[in-house]
Amino acid sequence: MKWSARALVIAVPMLWLLLFFLLPFLVVGKISVSEAAIARPPYLPIYEIEDGALILRIAYANFTFLFEDPLYLAAYLNSLKIAAYSTLFSLIVAYPMAYYIARCEARKRNILLMLVILPFWTSFLLRVYAWIGILKTNGILNNMLLGVGIIDEPLVMMQTDFAVYVGVVYTYLPFMVLPLYTNLVKLDQSLLEASADLGANPIVTFLKVTLPLSIPGIVAGSMLVFIPVVGEFVIPALLGGPDQLMIGKVLWTEFFSNRDWPVASAVAIVMLMVVVMPIMWLRNHTERMEAAA
Amino acid sequence: MKRLALPLMAFMGFAFLYLPIVSLIIYSFNESKLVTVWGGFSTKWYVELFKDPQILGAAKISLQIGVISATLAVVLGTLAAFVLVRFRRFRGKTLLTGMITAPLVMPEVITGLSLLLLFVALESTLGWPQGRDMMTIIIAHTTFCMAYVAVVVQSRLIDMDPSIEEAALDLGASPLRVFFDVILPTIAPALVSGWLLAFTLSLDDLVIASFVSGPGSSTLPMVIFSKVRLGVSPDVNALATLMVLVVAIGIFLAARLMRPSHTEVNE
Repeated sequence: MKWSARALVIAVPMLWLLLFFLLPFLVVGKISVSEAAIARPPYLPIYEIEDGALILRIAYANFTFLFEDPLYLAAYLNSLKIAAYSTLFSLIVAYPMAYYIARCEARKRNILLMLVILPFWTSFLLRVYAWIGILKTNGILNNMLLGVGIIDEPLVMMQTDFAVYVGVVYTYLPFMVLPLYTNLVKLDQSLLEASADLGANPIVTFLKVTLPLSIPGIVAGSMLVFIPVVGEFVIPALLGGPDQLMIGKVLWTEFFSNRDWPVASAVAIVMLMVVVMPIMWLRNHTERMEAAA
Repeated sequence: MKRLALPLMAFMGFAFLYLPIVSLIIYSFNESKLVTVWGGFSTKWYVELFKDPQILGAAKISLQIGVISATLAVVLGTLAAFVLVRFRRFRGKTLLTGMITAPLVMPEVITGLSLLLLFVALESTLGWPQGRDMMTIIIAHTTFCMAYVAVVVQSRLIDMDPSIEEAALDLGASPLRVFFDVILPTIAPALVSGWLLAFTLSLDDLVIASFVSGPGSSTLPMVIFSKVRLGVSPDVNALATLMVLVVAIGIFLAARLMRPSHTEVNE
């Protein structure tokens, strides 16, 4: 291929991403150290040229503010907590599904995989919305439990952490099942037979053979669930309580209700650190594991 | 017992995935306004839905944005995938790899906020884009959808046998001709699934669109969200049922069309 044509093919996606993916983060970084102002746009420039001299106005206050106000720290910690538990719950629900699908014969396997992916193609917002009807005080689940006589009065499930966990596990389940399936389907059956021949019962075989071998799948699935959940907005906004702090919600309020763009940017920068660092760590970790294997 | 435990757990997982969708469908035919109390069979919410100018207008905007963004995302995503798989080494390859995978894991609130701030900064320095409208949403959606397209196309390109391309080149075809006559037909199924994926993601996005939209360009998810935030509303159930129906038909058709190269169905 001619050099110029090759450069053009590289340049098009490269320039698009530089302009609309990388540059925006630099802008966020800049605004996070600007002072808020009642203006359009609502922040002051970070430098000015006065009498030929450059005057920098870097406001670190937005960041110190995040650490001084306990609300933000609580929101970050709560987001991490909810993301961690959701990942664990998704793993518990997804593992048997992935294992079962991987053990099916090919034809049935394809149908079941389709069934896992299908909900992903329907509106995420509407699937979260469905849970409002199920979980609310006079909702489907309470009516059913009351009807059967398990409970005497309706349970309060909406606007609780429980509702958020249900919503998160529900929407992110396919992201956990698929990487687990991809891993488990490659599992060498003869290893399980060898383990059984050597006298291990199925539980020991699972704990000592299947589970350790499926760790790459668990890591991949966990990343796909954990990372987006940290910044999740829709699920806590619809299913969680008004006082439930999650960082995505805080950023949203800071931006849309308080119109404080610099603080919203600072929240975003810190969130990026919180999310990106685990990714880097996990990537290094898995690479090292793969290199060792 | 032992033989039953695994299928039972798997079955419960599937039930968990599908019961909420089933409940949406059932209650969309409910006469009563109290979504969870059954008041008899009725299709009145569907009639109501088609009389709501706000929902219809938003649906039209969302479909337009979806079609344009998905098409742009397929072009850009395919270029990126091609460059990453076929060009051995070039300056900035690591950067491109990073930028094409990062949107997949980026929290939506960050993507939305950063793009909006970019648009505002560009407007105050260059005077473009003037205000925010459908175009800013299209740019935002193209950017995050092209990452998904690139992943789908990349895996197809990696599976492709390079000897076919080499044969075409040896027989004197120009690289451009090889791309259009050999590579493009081979990766066509991936382009179709990439387009559908991008279209679905665009149609579904609430958070990013909320940041970068302007007055008069409210998308369907934005309208649904403001309705749903105030409580359950039965016409949203009707809308959900229609969407499930469209998706089911779409998947069925796609599965039929792609049967000969049946590996695609799994993606």
